[in-house]
Amino acid sequence: MRTVEQTTQEVLDLAAKHFQVAQGSLAPDDDFFKKLGINSLQALELLSRLENHFGIELPDYEVQGVSDFRTLASRIQSRL
Amino acid sequence: MKSFTGKTLRWNWNDGVVELTLDRELANEIGAAMLGELEKFVAAFDALAPETSVCIISSARKHGFSAGADLRELYEGAARLDGGERLAGVRQFLERIHAVMNAIDAAPFVTIAAVHGICFGGGLELALVCDIIVVDRMARFAFPELRLGLIPGFGGIPRLKRDLGNGFVRDLLFTGRSVNATRAHAVGLVSQLAAEGEALNVARSNANQIRKFDPYTRAAAKKFLKPIPFEELRREIDLFCELFTRPAVMAALKKFVESTDAMPYLP
Repeated sequence: MRTVEQTTQEVLDLAAKHFQVAQGSLAPDDDFFKKLGINSLQALELLSRLENHFGIELPDYEVQGVSDFRTLASRIQSRL
Repeated sequence: MKSFTGKTLRWNWNDGVVELTLDRELANEIGAAMLGELEKFVAAFDALAPETSVCIISSARKHGFSAGADLRELYEGAARLDGGERLAGVRQFLERIHAVMNAIDAAPFVTIAAVHGICFGGGLELALVCDIIVVDRMARFAFPELRLGLIPGFGGIPRLKRDLGNGFVRDLLFTGRSVNATRAHAVGLVSQLAAEGEALNVARSNANQIRKFDPYTRAAAKKFLKPIPFEELRREIDLFCELFTRPAVMAALKKFVESTDAMPYLP
């Protein structure tokens, strides 16, 4: 079982890879919309990427209003 | 017409396969312009049919197959009209899109949707009229209409019920959640999974196989396998129009299209 810290790190690494920014340039409390400059469609791409990586389903309504990696990771953790 | 290039889509026929490519900024939202060009496409079926085995529908847009109905156009068009005219306009649009969907559903050749990225609402309804749905592993599906106080209006519920168990249909509709390709495959919403970026190539491989079969038998099998639920489709139009008259729907559409949030609010 992953710890929430491990999950958070994997989320950061996946987001960095998917949106092609430097590994280590993202932090848990970053607003991913602002930091990555992404729109809602790109956020859904990230959601699919995360679901595939973690082997989970994360309903949209559970991440509605979530904009930082730490909270996103905690939502994922609750589904692992 | 073996090839066509419009403002929102294009098609090209080659060696028994016609490829229809949706290509409207931002994510193939289906509004009046795309509807008009889809009508042109289905009007070409009689001419295409004798020499066509397969039609592949895909998207040239990066974000996906289609985000569904153009809600901004729907809201702005409706807001300019009063109650009676508004409803008449919506009904006319639905009648036209249903005619297109029914024509693709009954096309005299095999239809394949090659899906990547988002495939929501009206986009999913377009995929659902196809005989085979091939999807990229990053594809995502949803019917978010209930989150706006509506139901899918392009034939979604009757065609979902035709293909799937009612349990998943209710889950998709009542939660409005989007599901990934793995889930969609597991429940039978889609039939084939492709690697990222490979849905169109896999669809073309399907087409090469399908072309080998006797066209008469293929058409007879399709008719036998895939009845069109006309009565339910008619009831769907009526129910959509009934729901559209509720002030809450216009309020929800207004809130959605006027949102400046990165992730527009949906309940």
